[in-house]
Amino acid sequence: MSTQSTVFRRALALPQARIGLVLTAAVVLLAVLGPWLGPWLTGHETTAFAGKPFRPDGAAGTDGLGRDVFTRFLAGGATLLLYAALATALGVVLGTALGMVAGYSGGRLDSVIMRGNDVLLSFPQLVFALLAIAMLGPQGWLLVVVIGITHAPRVARVARQATVAVAGSDFIRAAQMYAMPRWRILLREVLPNITGPLMVELGLRLTYSIGYVASLSFLGLGVQPPAADWGLMINENRIALVVQPWGVLLPVLAIAVLTVGTNLITDSLASAAAGREKEVVA
Amino acid sequence: MVRLIARRLVISVAVLWLVTLLVFVATLLLPGDPARAILGQQATPERIAALHAQLGLDAPVWERYLNWLGGVVTGDLGTSTASQGPVAELLGGRIAASLVLLVLAAVISTAAGLALGTWTALRRGRRADHAVSGASLVVAALPEFVIGVALVVLLSTTVFPLLPSVTLAPPGEPVWSRPSQLVLPVLTLVLVVAPYITRMMRATMSEVLDSGYVEMARLKGIPERLVITRHALPHAIGPVAQVIAIQLAWLAGGVVVVEFLFRYPGVGQALIDAVNNRDVEVVQAITLLIAAVYIVVNLLADIVGILTNPKLRSEVSR
Repeated sequence: MSTQSTVFRRALALPQARIGLVLTAAVVLLAVLGPWLGPWLTGHETTAFAGKPFRPDGAAGTDGLGRDVFTRFLAGGATLLLYAALATALGVVLGTALGMVAGYSGGRLDSVIMRGNDVLLSFPQLVFALLAIAMLGPQGWLLVVVIGITHAPRVARVARQATVAVAGSDFIRAAQMYAMPRWRILLREVLPNITGPLMVELGLRLTYSIGYVASLSFLGLGVQPPAADWGLMINENRIALVVQPWGVLLPVLAIAVLTVGTNLITDSLASAAAGREKEVVA
Repeated sequence: MVRLIARRLVISVAVLWLVTLLVFVATLLLPGDPARAILGQQATPERIAALHAQLGLDAPVWERYLNWLGGVVTGDLGTSTASQGPVAELLGGRIAASLVLLVLAAVISTAAGLALGTWTALRRGRRADHAVSGASLVVAALPEFVIGVALVVLLSTTVFPLLPSVTLAPPGEPVWSRPSQLVLPVLTLVLVVAPYITRMMRATMSEVLDSGYVEMARLKGIPERLVITRHALPHAIGPVAQVIAIQLAWLAGGVVVVEFLFRYPGVGQALIDAVNNRDVEVVQAITLLIAAVYIVVNLLADIVGILTNPKLRSEVSR
């Protein structure tokens, strides 16, 4: 527990962590409050913020007749955040479990799990998602499941490596001598000691999840019209970029600020975890 | 070492075979009758029966898999349900177009990444280093389509209307006959990949510059230029080569979004179209193709890793 909090404290001392936290918090706040804030706000000041109302020309298959861009922008982050968070959670939990079991057990179970990993790793994540969407259609739960599943082998590699590093330690041997059940050793003894690399992995996967969910919506294969969503908005409005730039610029900026924010936090966590390792070695 | 490489080769072939299995099994996920799922609810019974025959859906699953796999191996990738033409024909020209994009992006991002990484490693802690490191951290976080759209805004529409944002390819004319329309897609891919190579090169080069043999070379009085080109660079290239290859393999996936964004007539855009049309055999062919490219590039990365790192020569087998 204490090792974990020092990593956090050391990460927080870095300037990029603070900038990252501010950027991430700003976009998260916007995305969470936006759906409620939008109608209330734009009832007063629609034109001041939104520019001209945008009429989609039908190429993206939208329903709108002059739908308000700003209202849609405010409402467009919630689904993205929800899907990205769920996909990240699924991927990290699944990957950690697989990696710990493989690294701790070794032998045949290890090679079966890791070969299975290799198969999933031989697809770029987006292409795997497209394969699944081609068969089952663009659906929210499918995005979450498919992005989570493709994260899992990548997380598993890190978790396995970290597990192998601690599996021979004295405290693990002690637990084994007490005949502690394997799942308890993994949860109580191994897991708390590999949180450093896992936190870094969590941040990395969150950044990628945001990118993949937004990309799939941008491709027209994620969140479906007429819902308001940043990725989808960029695709719908980019045809009219010259006439109505806000429909593209606002969501592009929001996604950029969000991913840069989470990446800065991840980077600070990585430096903090690496710093700790060096200290332990020295 | 040869045995190690051979072993790695065998694993790659096995993984590729498992991938074909996965790509085939995915079609079994089609809900209900695949023919109806592909053709939609309004399909006539004759159309459905025809598609059944075309897809060979009446045979048992394993026989369908073997037929399909046999076709793939002999270059018969099936028939596109959307265009009614052979898939191989549909992909022919597009593969070349995508390769142009990939090779250009790979060459430019590798050169830029290595140069920038070395340059910043030599200026560690100075302003230039901070600027490049900060910029690469920011750019590395951005999804491809965000970079691409930002470039369109900057260079093709509102700010500086210099370059075309959409690829026009009249039939029969290769995309590279108009080089200006290649700039934005390639630049997007370079900006996606180069930050990683830069960061890795900077880290590795910094380590090498701090090493004993570089200090030794400097103490002997060898000119700094020679110290870097003869002593430092060769040691840094090995570990970085693997990162480069991984990034290039990654390009194989990133190209899908970039081609869609710029309407570039490559394999990636064909994949998006096929997914939208539920054109199952085209989706199978392209995902398999991309996976194969990915596996081969990763294999090359591992071989380079084995060849360049004396330590890896015995350790890589895990």
